[in-house]
Amino acid sequence: MSIFEYNGSAVVAMVGKNCFAIACDRRLGVQLQTVATDFRRVFKVHDKLYIGLSGLATDAQTLYQKVVFRHKLYQLREERDMKPQTFASLVSTLLYEKRFGPYFCQPVIAGLGDDDEPFICTTDCLGAKELAKDFVVSGTASESLYGACESMYKPNMEPEELFETISQALQASVDRDCLSGWGGYVLVVTPTEVRERVIKGRMD
Amino acid sequence: MTGAMDLPPKGGFSYDYCRRNAMLADKGLKMPGFLKTGTTIVGLVFQDGVVLGADTRATEGPIVADKNCEKIHFMAPNIYCCGAGTAADTEAVTDMVSSQLQLHRYATGRESRVVTALTLLKSHLFSYQGHVSAALVLGGVDVTGPHLHTVYPHGSTDTLPFATMGSGSLAAMSVFESQYKEGLTREEGIKLVADAIRAGIFNDLGSGSNVDVCVITKGKTEYLRNHQLPNPRTYASSKGYSFTKGQTEVLYTKITQLKPKVEVTEGDAMEE
Repeated sequence: MSIFEYNGSAVVAMVGKNCFAIACDRRLGVQLQTVATDFRRVFKVHDKLYIGLSGLATDAQTLYQKVVFRHKLYQLREERDMKPQTFASLVSTLLYEKRFGPYFCQPVIAGLGDDDEPFICTTDCLGAKELAKDFVVSGTASESLYGACESMYKPNMEPEELFETISQALQASVDRDCLSGWGGYVLVVTPTEVRERVIKGRMD
Repeated sequence: MTGAMDLPPKGGFSYDYCRRNAMLADKGLKMPGFLKTGTTIVGLVFQDGVVLGADTRATEGPIVADKNCEKIHFMAPNIYCCGAGTAADTEAVTDMVSSQLQLHRYATGRESRVVTALTLLKSHLFSYQGHVSAALVLGGVDVTGPHLHTVYPHGSTDTLPFATMGSGSLAAMSVFESQYKEGLTREEGIKLVADAIRAGIFNDLGSGSNVDVCVITKGKTEYLRNHQLPNPRTYASSKGYSFTKGQTEVLYTKITQLKPKVEVTEGDAMEE
């Protein structure tokens, strides 16, 4: 079994029209046993920037704390929030520093940049950035997520339609993965509001 | 005072987690795969300069992670570098040498030379004994003329009139060996590079998607991103999937309004 499959996870982010959505599953497991069904994988960095961390849960939490620490220092020095592109470079550097003993984590970064332009990106566990204009996925269900998102995604979706699409893609993919699922947590962010929703899924 | 949350370190690699990861590996938990750029990267020297080419597929094991990634990295305004191998290593090593070249330009007041970039790359890669897995095709034009080099992960280099690297290198080299000649014109050079990359895209499983080309001549560099798109997506239906609103079952919703941040404009100086 791979270290990535120890806890099980699924994270996906999609770009819509002047908005983005980021979603994750809610299961926390220890190999094949489920330990929690309300585990948070998507965290807020600032109002318009979120990071989802799949992979080993302990490394995800540590990496999140380090990243929030660096962002708070940045806020104190620069007196403003970090842009998503800068944040992606920060995460990439933090991961590459540990090139020969890496964090077992695959972050998904989603935010609204200048002029509220949506930005999404994912990196592998070493920090190689992968920018995308449509969707990014990570976690044990990533292969199914690639397929589901590839077929269900349409460009320039409104927030409500984007919510439906990302939820259906997430549900469809985690249903084909034993290690993730047990519901979903979806965040849709527009320049004026943030909607967090917990969606009902198969509990098996 | 906990030592875990220290200030950002001065740079270089940190080996804190090696022991922990080795312990996990002993317990039977295998290391995850890294993003590799399966790749076909090529370069050739033509009469006025250098043409570099690359495909745009990034793989994670057998899965395509990125269908349109950028493998031609900027080093200096007159020097570009294509990278194959572990994606994080090629990006980090080219970014690092690019910054070092910029500092060198400030110190010397001159345009960077390709051999400078070459020496910086090979000494970094050699000191990590091949563990930084980056195979590069470096090309550029400086005061001494056009240059093309290949750099291997262990730090050895070759200087060549035409070069290919990556999993698709054999497919691309077959095109070069049959059609390369000295004194190619710009159009012939671009066409030959595009043909070589297409050979890699269609015959090598680790390479795919589109062709990126970069033409460097004395005083001018043209980066032709997505110069050719031989693999368009034709199967998607024009209607796509449409989901009716309310199709997903929601357990609870929380809406947070985002307040516009208060802008601090120029204030008056305090009265003395």
